[in-house]
Amino acid sequence: MRRFKVFKGLFVDSFSAVTQGSKRYHIWMGFLTLIMLMGMYCYSLQIEHGLSVTGMSDRVSWGLYISNFTFLVGVAAAAVMLVMPTYVLKDIDFKQAVLIGEGLAVAALIMCLAFVVADMGGPSVLWHMIPGIGVFNFPNSMLTWDVIVLNGYLFINISIPFYILFRRYQGKVPNPKIYVPGAIISVFWAVGIHLVTAFLYQGLQARPFWNNALLGPRFLASAFAAGPALIILVLAVIRGYTEFKIKDKTIKKISMIVTVAAQINLIMLVSELFKEFYAPTHHSESAYYLFFGLHGKDALLPWIWTAIPLNVLATVLLTFGKLRNNLKVLYFCCFILFIAIWIEKGFGLIVPGFIPGPYGKITEYIPTGIEIGVTIGIWALGAFIFTILAKTAIKIETGKLRFKAR
Amino acid sequence: MSDNKQWFSLNLNSIKKKSSGSCSCGKTSGGCGSHSKDQISDEEFDTAVDATIGSERKKDGFDQVFDVQMDRRTAFRKLTASLLIGAGAVSTSCSVTTGEDSKEKAQIDWEEQFKGNYKLMTDAEKKGTVDRLVRSYQLRTGKTIHMTSENAEEDVLFGYAFNISKCQGYMDCVNACIEENNQDRNSQMQYIRIHEMKDGEGFKFDEADDNYYHEVPAEGHFYMGTQCFHCDNPPCVEVCPVQATWREKDGLVVIDYDWCVGCRYCMAACPYDGRRFNWSTPEVPEKEINKNQHYLGNRMRKKGVMEKCTFCVQRSRKGQNPACVDACPTGARIFGNLLDPNSTIRWVLENKKVFRLKEDLGTEPKFWYFMD
Repeated sequence: MRRFKVFKGLFVDSFSAVTQGSKRYHIWMGFLTLIMLMGMYCYSLQIEHGLSVTGMSDRVSWGLYISNFTFLVGVAAAAVMLVMPTYVLKDIDFKQAVLIGEGLAVAALIMCLAFVVADMGGPSVLWHMIPGIGVFNFPNSMLTWDVIVLNGYLFINISIPFYILFRRYQGKVPNPKIYVPGAIISVFWAVGIHLVTAFLYQGLQARPFWNNALLGPRFLASAFAAGPALIILVLAVIRGYTEFKIKDKTIKKISMIVTVAAQINLIMLVSELFKEFYAPTHHSESAYYLFFGLHGKDALLPWIWTAIPLNVLATVLLTFGKLRNNLKVLYFCCFILFIAIWIEKGFGLIVPGFIPGPYGKITEYIPTGIEIGVTIGIWALGAFIFTILAKTAIKIETGKLRFKAR
Repeated sequence: MSDNKQWFSLNLNSIKKKSSGSCSCGKTSGGCGSHSKDQISDEEFDTAVDATIGSERKKDGFDQVFDVQMDRRTAFRKLTASLLIGAGAVSTSCSVTTGEDSKEKAQIDWEEQFKGNYKLMTDAEKKGTVDRLVRSYQLRTGKTIHMTSENAEEDVLFGYAFNISKCQGYMDCVNACIEENNQDRNSQMQYIRIHEMKDGEGFKFDEADDNYYHEVPAEGHFYMGTQCFHCDNPPCVEVCPVQATWREKDGLVVIDYDWCVGCRYCMAACPYDGRRFNWSTPEVPEKEINKNQHYLGNRMRKKGVMEKCTFCVQRSRKGQNPACVDACPTGARIFGNLLDPNSTIRWVLENKKVFRLKEDLGTEPKFWYFMD
C-alpha cells in the first residue's frame, strides 16, 4: 500500500516537475509540440492517401523512415556503453551519465517504433504482429526477432532507471543486487538489438549490397561512435542549463569510447571500399551508384560525399588527445560525426540496397515534403520524451524531488 | 485489343487489324473486358471530344463547373438532380429504415477487421469471409461478384515455361494480366515485365528496356518476360513477420491481402522483382472489373498491402491457363501441372535445354526459360 502511495507521489511530483520550468524550457517544449503537430498532420495525409505521398516506389520500397529507424537502433544500443563501465566494471565516473544515457535509449527506441509504424502500409492491422493474438512468424522472420529485442530492450531501459529513481525518490540507496543483473543483461541485449537489426538486411540474398558479413559488426562500430557522441552533446547541454553536475572527466572518458569506435568504423569502411572497388563484380553496382553514380543517376552523391569527409575529419581530430581534450573541439567533432553516421547508416545504407533493382533497373529515390515532415515530427517526439525523462531524473538525482509522506 | 486502356497501348501489330469479334483473350463471347464494340480512330475521337466538351477544354476547376452554357431545361434538370442527391444523403443518415443495411455493413466491416489469417482458416471460415466480402461488395456497389476459395488440389504442382525464341514483345500478356487481375490502373501496376534485349549480347538485364513504347519486334532484339517465379524456397515467405504470404500445396505463392501489414519486407527479399505494393487505393473502373474472383487471387485489394502474380489462381485451380498464357499470340508461354507426366510443361522440361534465373540464390523457381 505504501509502495502504491509512493508511486502516486512520484507520478504527481514528476508531472508537476515537467510542467513547470523556466521560460526557455516552455519555449522549447512548445516548439517541439508545434513540430509534432505538424508531423501528425503530415501523417494524417499519409493515412488518407496511402504511402504514395512518400517518395518510395515499387523499386525503392524503403526510404527515409527505415533509414532513421536503422540509425536510431544504433543510438539506443549505445546507451550500453555507459552502463557497462559503471555497473559491470565499477567505474564510478559514469554514474551520473548513465541515467541520461538510458533516457536517451528509451527516447530512441520509441522513435524507432514510431518510424516502423509510420512505414507500415496498414497500421490498423498491426495487431497481426502481436504474439498470441496475431500470427508471429518466429523464428523465421528477422523482423519478429527485431520486434522482440526492441521491445525487450525498451522494457529493460525503462525498468532499471525507474527502479533506481524510485529508490532515490524515497531517499533510499538502490540495491545493486537488483539492478546490476539487469544492467548486465542490457549490455548483451544492446549488442543483440543492433546485430539483429543488421541481420534484417544482411540475410537478404536478393540485395548484395547488404548481404555481406561485415554489415553487423560495422553497425555496432558506427553505433558506438554515434550514440555516445550524441550523449556527449546532450551532457554538454545539460551541464550548461541545469544544476546537474557532470565532471569533465566523465565527458572525456566517453570521448575515448567515441574515438575508438570511430577508428574501428573507419577501418571497416576501408575494408568495405576495398572489396567493392578493387575487383568489382556486378554485386558492386550499388556501391558504385552510392559513391560515383551509375548511368548518370547520382542522387546520393552529395549525401555520401558529405558523410565521408566529415567522418574522416572527426575521426582524425578525435585521434589526437590534445584536440579531443579541448571540449570545444570535442563537441564539434561529436556533432559532425553524428551527422556523418546518420547519413551513412541511414540514406547511405538503405537506399542503395535497392539500387540497382533485381534486374539492374535504376529508379532514384527522393523523399517528399510529407515524408520529411513526418520524420522531423518523430524526431521532435523523441526530443520531447527525452526532455521529460531527463528533467525528472535530474530533479530526483539532485535531491530536489523527494517523497514526502502526506 | 481494346481502346479503353489508360496504362499504355501497343496496338502496333497484326492484332490491331483483328475484327471486333475477337480479342487477345481468345474468346469471342466477351467477359474478358477487352471487347470494345467499335473502334474509332484518334481523329474521330478528337472531333467527338471537341463536340462535347470543346468549350470547356481550357477551363478548369470553378470555371468548368459554373461557367457552362446551358438552357433553362438543362439547368433545371441539373438542379433537381443535385437536390435529389443531397436529399438522399440526408435521408440515409437520418432514416430508420436504411438502418438494416448500414448495420449489416458495419457488422461485416467489424468481422473483416478482426478475422484471422486465411492460411490458418478452416474451410467453413474461408467460406464465411468470402461470403462477407461478396455481400459487402453488394452493399457498397449494388453489384454481385463471384468469389471462390478453392483449395489446392491433390497431386498438382504448377509450373511455367517461357520460350525466349518465340516471344516478340507484344505485351498482350501484360494487358490480359492487368484486366484479369484487377490491377490498379492509376499507378499502372503490372506483374509481368517484358525485357527487350539486344541480340548478341546475351542476357544483360541491366541494359535491357522493360518499358518500351515502340513497334515490336524491334530489329536486332529479343524479348524475355519476368514475373513472380513461385519459388519452391521463397525468400519472401520466410521474411514475412505475420505469415501473410505463404506457399500453397500446389506451389503457388499467395498473399492474404487482409492479413498483410504492409511492411514491404518481402519486397526487399524478392530477388526477382516479383512483388508489388499498393501505394494508394487501387482504382479499377467499375465496368472493367473482373467479377470472377478468388480470395487469394484477383479480388479487389486495398491500399497499403502487397500483391503479386498468383498464376491466376482463380483460373488455374479451375483447370484453365493463366490469362497471360491464353493471351500470348506467339505461344511463348506454357503452363501446366508438373506432376502430370503427360503435360506440356513436362514435355518442355524433358526435351528442351531449360534454365532458370539466379539459380545460385537457392530459391528454386518454378519458372523455366528455354529456346527452340
